[in-house]
Amino acid sequence: MECQECQHRPATLHFTQVINGNKTEVHVCEVCAKEKGYMTYPEEGYSLHNLLTGLFNFDSAMMENQQSNSYKQVKELKCPQCGMSLSTFKKVGKFGCATCYDTFSGRLDPILRRVHSGNTKHYGKIPKRMGGDLHTKKQLESYKAELQQLIEDENFEEAAQIRDKIKALQDQSNSSKAGDDS
Amino acid sequence: MTLKQFMNEAISPWMREEGPDSDIVLSSRIRLARNFSDVSYPILADQGKLEEIRDFFKKEYEHQSFQDYEDFAFISIPDLTAVERRVLVEKHLISPHLSKSDQASATIISKNEQVSVMINEEDHIRLQLYFPGLQLPKALEKAFELDDWLEEKINYAFDETRGYLTSCPTNVGTGMRASVMMHLPALAMTKQINRMTPAINQLGLVVRGIYGEGSEAQGNIFQISNQITLGKSEADIIGDLQSVVKQLIEHERNARNRIMEQSGKKLEDRIFRSFGVLDYSRIIESKEAAVCLSNVRLGIDLGLIKNVSRNILNELMILTQPGFLQQYASATLTADERDELRASLIRERLQLEK
Ligand SMILES: [Zn+2]
Ligand SMILES: [Zn+2]
Repeated sequence: MECQECQHRPATLHFTQVINGNKTEVHVCEVCAKEKGYMTYPEEGYSLHNLLTGLFNFDSAMMENQQSNSYKQVKELKCPQCGMSLSTFKKVGKFGCATCYDTFSGRLDPILRRVHSGNTKHYGKIPKRMGGDLHTKKQLESYKAELQQLIEDENFEEAAQIRDKIKALQDQSNSSKAGDDS
Repeated sequence: MTLKQFMNEAISPWMREEGPDSDIVLSSRIRLARNFSDVSYPILADQGKLEEIRDFFKKEYEHQSFQDYEDFAFISIPDLTAVERRVLVEKHLISPHLSKSDQASATIISKNEQVSVMINEEDHIRLQLYFPGLQLPKALEKAFELDDWLEEKINYAFDETRGYLTSCPTNVGTGMRASVMMHLPALAMTKQINRMTPAINQLGLVVRGIYGEGSEAQGNIFQISNQITLGKSEADIIGDLQSVVKQLIEHERNARNRIMEQSGKKLEDRIFRSFGVLDYSRIIESKEAAVCLSNVRLGIDLGLIKNVSRNILNELMILTQPGFLQQYASATLTADERDELRASLIRERLQLEK
């Protein structure tokens, strides 16, 4: 079969397109599929996203299995802010609003762990307006994690340096708090 | 600033500058995903709320400068024709996702096309910034400057534990996607890139063809970017990326040298045949054009082809895309017509260099 767009290359892609409820068969070559926009060029995360949707479903299948053994959940979890339900989230793989993160927080860690190589916590930038306290707290957390690792690796020399940094940071934050009170 | 200026030239002004390792690294990009804290994400938000966000950017930021970046143009996506949307995608100024949106979507683009802000994409705000060559730390520094500046005016959706909250769980945390576009013809020729990919993946990084995951590497251009956005700081993420890119550069240079030593004549033949095809063909498909352009660019890097500027690959790769061709012809073209116009534009462009 020849491509319906260019009429000279063989059609290698065949699919059904639904426009306004009308189904049409499409037979095109790869070149025309790309150029005519039948094949959206996948941007970052798209096919990854398809994969994810599968993972979420797997995750929920396991959970539902466990639940049905113990008790039946009557009401579906739904975000009070945007109305996104857990089942919709699993289907689309996207959150509807910032509150969804709280709404589904109980189910979130396993998903985040899968997507982010085991990580569930943010160690990056913090908006300035969130205040200096949070910056210090985050910095301390990351130093402590680093310290733990260094001790496990028996790298005591560097561990001592990190320990000093932690102490300095703690002293600094205590004195700035005292300063606020005066 | 008008839309027209972005449409006319294939090569963005910032691309004319050479950056570090410009022979192999075409560009470095940082993208930050951000959201307003009290508005649902574009997949669920009502039209009115999204219009408010768009108008916020339109009113507050049109004609304002983000420090170094001269003027900005505000462009409403629904006002654009299909071809205009495509051209912006082909120039990597907006994402394919934004180009398809009709929901109060917009973009703000700096005059030199180095910075663009996508409004109401998958997230409310996606800020992206390009630098020529390998310059990730510099790009990150500038991206943070712009982000800080926005942060003063917008209440971002941010959570102490999860970081910047995004619509897709793959972006949560830093919300940052850092990527480097590389021309790796020798690693592709020797199939080494395929063998290196799994190791790169283990570091939380991905290698893709130029038009994204799953797509073939057109013209041997590969994009390396971070997959993980949670659990590592932005600086650590770009540190890992930068070091992998440096290794790839070294491997690519070694592979080029080895090929030149072992089969120099063959390589030379291939490069000059490609040059001939570009210089003389009357009909050329985009795939063949991409292959030939990659070879010619390699010829320039190896000093075999002189008097043709290095930018020609970047420029012609974009100029010969369907959107650009149709913009150039001011008409909708059939595939055959595009193959013809592509050939004639390439010939014309090479003529300029003679
Ligand atoms: Zn075709
Ligand atoms: Zn929600």
